[in-house]
Amino acid sequence: MADVTTYREAVAEGVAREMRRDPRVVCLGEDIGAAGGVFKTMVGLYDEFGPDRVWDTPISEQAIAGAAMGAAMTGLRPVAEIMFSDFLACCWDYLANEIPKARYMTGGQVTVPLVIRTANGGGLGFGAQHSQAVENWALTVPGLKIAAPSTPADVVGLMAAAIRSDDPVVFFEHKGLFAGKGEPAPPDHVVELGRARVAREGNDVTLVALASTVPLALAAAEQLAGEGVSTEVVDLRCLVPLDMATVLRSLEHTSRLVVVEENPYQGGWGATVASIVADEGFELLDAPVRRVAAACVPLPFADALEDQVIPTVDKVATAVRKLAAY
Amino acid sequence: MSTEPAVAPAAHQVDPDALLAMYEQMAVIRATEKAAHDLFMRGLVKGTTHLAAGHEAVAVGASAALRDDDYVFATYRGHHHAIARGATPEECLAELMQRSTGVCKAKGGSMHLTRADKGMLGSYAIVGAHLPIANGAAWSAKLRGSGQVAVAFFGDGATNIGAFHEALNLAAVWKLPVVFVCENNRYMEYTPIDRVTAVPNPAADRAPANGMPGVLVDGNDVVVVRDTMAEAVDRARGGDGPTVVEALTYRHFGHSRTDPATYRPAEEVEEWLARDPLLVARERLRALGVGDADIDEADGRAAAVVAEASAAAQAAPPADPAEAFTDVWADGGSSWRT
Repeated sequence: MADVTTYREAVAEGVAREMRRDPRVVCLGEDIGAAGGVFKTMVGLYDEFGPDRVWDTPISEQAIAGAAMGAAMTGLRPVAEIMFSDFLACCWDYLANEIPKARYMTGGQVTVPLVIRTANGGGLGFGAQHSQAVENWALTVPGLKIAAPSTPADVVGLMAAAIRSDDPVVFFEHKGLFAGKGEPAPPDHVVELGRARVAREGNDVTLVALASTVPLALAAAEQLAGEGVSTEVVDLRCLVPLDMATVLRSLEHTSRLVVVEENPYQGGWGATVASIVADEGFELLDAPVRRVAAACVPLPFADALEDQVIPTVDKVATAVRKLAAY
Repeated sequence: MSTEPAVAPAAHQVDPDALLAMYEQMAVIRATEKAAHDLFMRGLVKGTTHLAAGHEAVAVGASAALRDDDYVFATYRGHHHAIARGATPEECLAELMQRSTGVCKAKGGSMHLTRADKGMLGSYAIVGAHLPIANGAAWSAKLRGSGQVAVAFFGDGATNIGAFHEALNLAAVWKLPVVFVCENNRYMEYTPIDRVTAVPNPAADRAPANGMPGVLVDGNDVVVVRDTMAEAVDRARGGDGPTVVEALTYRHFGHSRTDPATYRPAEEVEEWLARDPLLVARERLRALGVGDADIDEADGRAAAVVAEASAAAQAAPPADPAEAFTDVWADGGSSWRT
């Protein structure tokens, strides 16, 4: 095994591991067969598993999400790709009304063990309809589990947990992280859904991050260390289940919280984190909770404009610096 | 496409006992729908109901052509499909009346009747949404080599939504063992379907464009429906792909509970009531030599079953408040945090 692997390769590796161990796992999506996916996250799967387990679809997001749901209800473990997370809007009925509600509204009669994988987030200059961080969309719907890994090893470990889960999981792969490298996952690696990871220990301020904002938070923490500010970074890894226990535990020794999220401030997941901290951790705090989130505008195309809108290392460092001095 | 049937109704052969059994099943559905209506008027059913009285032949005829392990997906007007596939009138009425004995533990309601253990995989209340889901069940059957077929029932109104078109194309491209059955009752909610649709037969006319046959049939003749479905189901099971069946029918009530359906011309209503699926079946039974006494007896049994079901459902305990927090996740609970 190589010493390092890319996040992109980890996606294919994570899915392939589950396909090897469970014949019920099948993949479907646009261009995922011989083409290996437009983000090359499915490379090698078609060659290894063949057309009976890796299915190319038309550009029909409703047909994709619906087929995954029907297959999941009847004994398979489908892994559906929605190419860009922005396109979840094209099949939102399935994520909002069908998949998360089938078990509940039938009184537990059906199970929907599926994974919807999708490339999420900005930073690559794809413009307003191909760059959004939309993990907060999924968070609005009770009944969906949400994973959003930040490292190659977590991609593999969370993918294993997502595919083995009897509940539907929306799996956000961050476009800006695909080329990023990290340690490969050990054999049989499974990261339980809903277990946050303390990515860096610190004493002054807690940074809560997810997916692309984890490396941002770590870079900011490194910069701040030189200024004498000790920052703890918590990688949530999942939004549902949401591991607030780890966040609250961190606040016990930092007493200061900055949430770093790429989705817009309005309706962003950081608001839920902040709300729970206000409810359950108010006594722990020595300062107001701050959120570094995307600005409430559509994602612009130009780098100089996009940098204005989404979180950057500088924005995070500034927020932490101010809060440490509060 | 012609609206004339390919095979004359009289050419469809049926065993009298089989037809009498289908008649009785239709009578049970009709009585259940009447009971649902009456219970609603008495304030015992909350929300809304979309009654399927008039559509019985589609559900019963189709069901007669299916294997027990085949999959059925229905719409919010789906009481007839639930009962045709084995849900009891009691558990359906209990569901409508928010009783703990409801078929979905009173968590679904009239629009979501489901009996998964009988292959009745749900009633879907977002128009057209279940056609792609039925594809998924058919795809799964195909991959598992189980020989099962999936059937999606939907209204004429569903033929103009994107999911319908996406589903038909994918089903044909993947050659899925699925049958798409349109219950064309001429009205999309309150609007005549022909006023909002570019082709005369909203489902059948779209089939050839998606590489599959489209068949237009009398949806009020249970024998015609059964035989048409048998052919489409055989085709699906044999690996020859999907079929669209457009069954012409008519609802006896309005779109939903609050709709008196005054937009329908009286003569049209009269014409269709004269073609009530129960009357059509009765005529067939008579022609086969079954006496009115035997048919009336079947009606009596159906009425008794439903009267008993209604009484039992009314007597059942209300939904347990604790159930609000079960069945979100596969572990049975609703916790979203760790």
